[in-house]
Amino acid sequence: MATEEKARASLWPGLLALAVATAYLIALLAVEKQALIIALLAFGIVAVLAGAWLGMFGSISRSFADHEDALGLFTIVALLAVAAVFHEDHFVLLLVITALLYSVATLGLNIQFGYAGVLNFAGASFFGIGAYTSAVLNGYTAVPHLIVLLIGGLVAALIGSLLLLPVLRTRGHYAAVVTIAFALLFKTFLEVNDVLGGPQGMQVKGMKILGWSFNDNIEVGGVQLSFYMNYFVVSSLLLVGAFIVVRRLERSWIGLNLDALRLDETAASCFGLDIARWKITAFLIGNFLIGLAGALFGMVGSFVAPNNYTFADSLILVSIILLGGIGNPWGLIVATFIVVVVPEKLQTIQEYRFLLYALMVIAVLLFRPEGLLPRPVRRYFPGWRR
Amino acid sequence: MSNLIEARGLSKQFGGVRALDGLDLAVAPNEILGLIGPNGSGKTTFFNVVTGIYSADGGQVSFDGANITQASARTIYQAGISRTFQRSRLSLPLSIFDNVMIGNHKHLNQGLIFNLFRRGGFKREFEANYRSARALVEVFEPALADRMFEPAEGLPMIDRRRIEICRALISGPKLLLLDEPSAGMTHEETTELMDDILLVRERNRELTIIIVEHEMGVIERITDRCVVLNFGRKIADGPYHAVAADRQVQEAYLGIE
Repeated sequence: MATEEKARASLWPGLLALAVATAYLIALLAVEKQALIIALLAFGIVAVLAGAWLGMFGSISRSFADHEDALGLFTIVALLAVAAVFHEDHFVLLLVITALLYSVATLGLNIQFGYAGVLNFAGASFFGIGAYTSAVLNGYTAVPHLIVLLIGGLVAALIGSLLLLPVLRTRGHYAAVVTIAFALLFKTFLEVNDVLGGPQGMQVKGMKILGWSFNDNIEVGGVQLSFYMNYFVVSSLLLVGAFIVVRRLERSWIGLNLDALRLDETAASCFGLDIARWKITAFLIGNFLIGLAGALFGMVGSFVAPNNYTFADSLILVSIILLGGIGNPWGLIVATFIVVVVPEKLQTIQEYRFLLYALMVIAVLLFRPEGLLPRPVRRYFPGWRR
Repeated sequence: MSNLIEARGLSKQFGGVRALDGLDLAVAPNEILGLIGPNGSGKTTFFNVVTGIYSADGGQVSFDGANITQASARTIYQAGISRTFQRSRLSLPLSIFDNVMIGNHKHLNQGLIFNLFRRGGFKREFEANYRSARALVEVFEPALADRMFEPAEGLPMIDRRRIEICRALISGPKLLLLDEPSAGMTHEETTELMDDILLVRERNRELTIIIVEHEMGVIERITDRCVVLNFGRKIADGPYHAVAADRQVQEAYLGIE
């Protein structure tokens, strides 16, 4: 039975799943009564379990594997539909933007952890470095704000390179401990550093591109749009760009190198891989993406403080990766939306959200160790046939 | 004719154990050399020192006229030596194609810009490599060639060995080191695998092979010459039948005093 000869999977299961997921997300975001939200969540869990029991996920993932470009475009359409429904709603838009930017950050973390196997428990710190970069640059300089985003990413990558030496010299858990130390140091550094606002943090000026101020509400032909729509557009573009980069990276010789060195460093070096070079590449690109997302997040929130970038936040980023499926960008985006949206909507469990995260991670590790959407075997070009 | 690889006085010590104790060993181009000896006699250590996993404590290794004694694993691979491992070391979650491609690292364009943004060029390189990887796997097992994008995880041991050998061969090395290719396989499977190896060699007369093996039938059948190690030293050197009749060799294996 030759796999390559199998017919292309149908587009419909993927498209249908996407439509259902979008409708569900819109419903979840729209509902405000706690009882209804709990009912909706319970319904969602039952629906997913039933779908899995009926074996629907196999055809959905085959559909995504063969029609990724088309379904990617439909995902953007779905995102626009969500934004259109909530065009006036500041709160919901901010929530969606948060999920989009966290997705970018987890995609960065995924290059490090999912592909190169370098655990980074300082994800939130690098996110914070991006946010603080935009606070400083927007406040004291006239650097164009799109350039500020890039600088945010570069600064995160640069500061991250301080960790390279210890990360390269240690393996596995020991490298992880180095990043934990960095996350703790980072927060303390911010708290005692008055130039950066100390524990109170700093204001961040809103984004402005070519005189278009992002912090003013928009009126188009009599329709009022929340000013967050500006940020929504830029965040979506950022996520699409990050997704394409991560996808291409995985589907290239570099992605292969990273997998090879994660799975067996000794064997990899016997076939000429420069282990240090590829670990550095993964670490820098990952931190760049995290910093980029953080820089925009700083402008969206208009405020940065050390308490927003703690070790606990880094743990959330790592748990998103475990939850979503290590190495699968689609899974990571789904998991990010779950982790960001559910506790925010479910006000009753706000205080217990870490408990909820912990339970989710334990449940996934017990029952589905490869995550909600496990990473499929690499196909360099989706739908490619010999 | 000069030797392709030559070790002189090669030593490697682990604590109090002399794994290699002044080993002299030379292999001529196009030769198939069997490296035999009891467990712990230094065969795998020799491979690990030659391929740069361990660095030698003393002595010298030259390959193709260059001194590679202290060279890194990367440099040695670039120079044209590749190997398989005693315990199969495939990347199991990756596809057959990916595993074979890991071995072709030196011929793949590793540029960041090329890989991320020149997808047209990348696709051409990918397709060319797919064809050559498939053709190579087909020599070993045509059925495997139709499953290039399936994970290596589900494959039986003999297929894993085949892929490991393909991974070592894809870059067109001058010297192939096979570390106990028959380990974990039945007698029939071993015979089959040796047929494959002989076939590969028939197609590429340039290839030189050093094979570590416990199965004497294999050694007898495929090697031109045998070197016997004991306690990190060479105790016999010659064609299989001469070596097998050697008294010292029999003592080393059977412990006759």
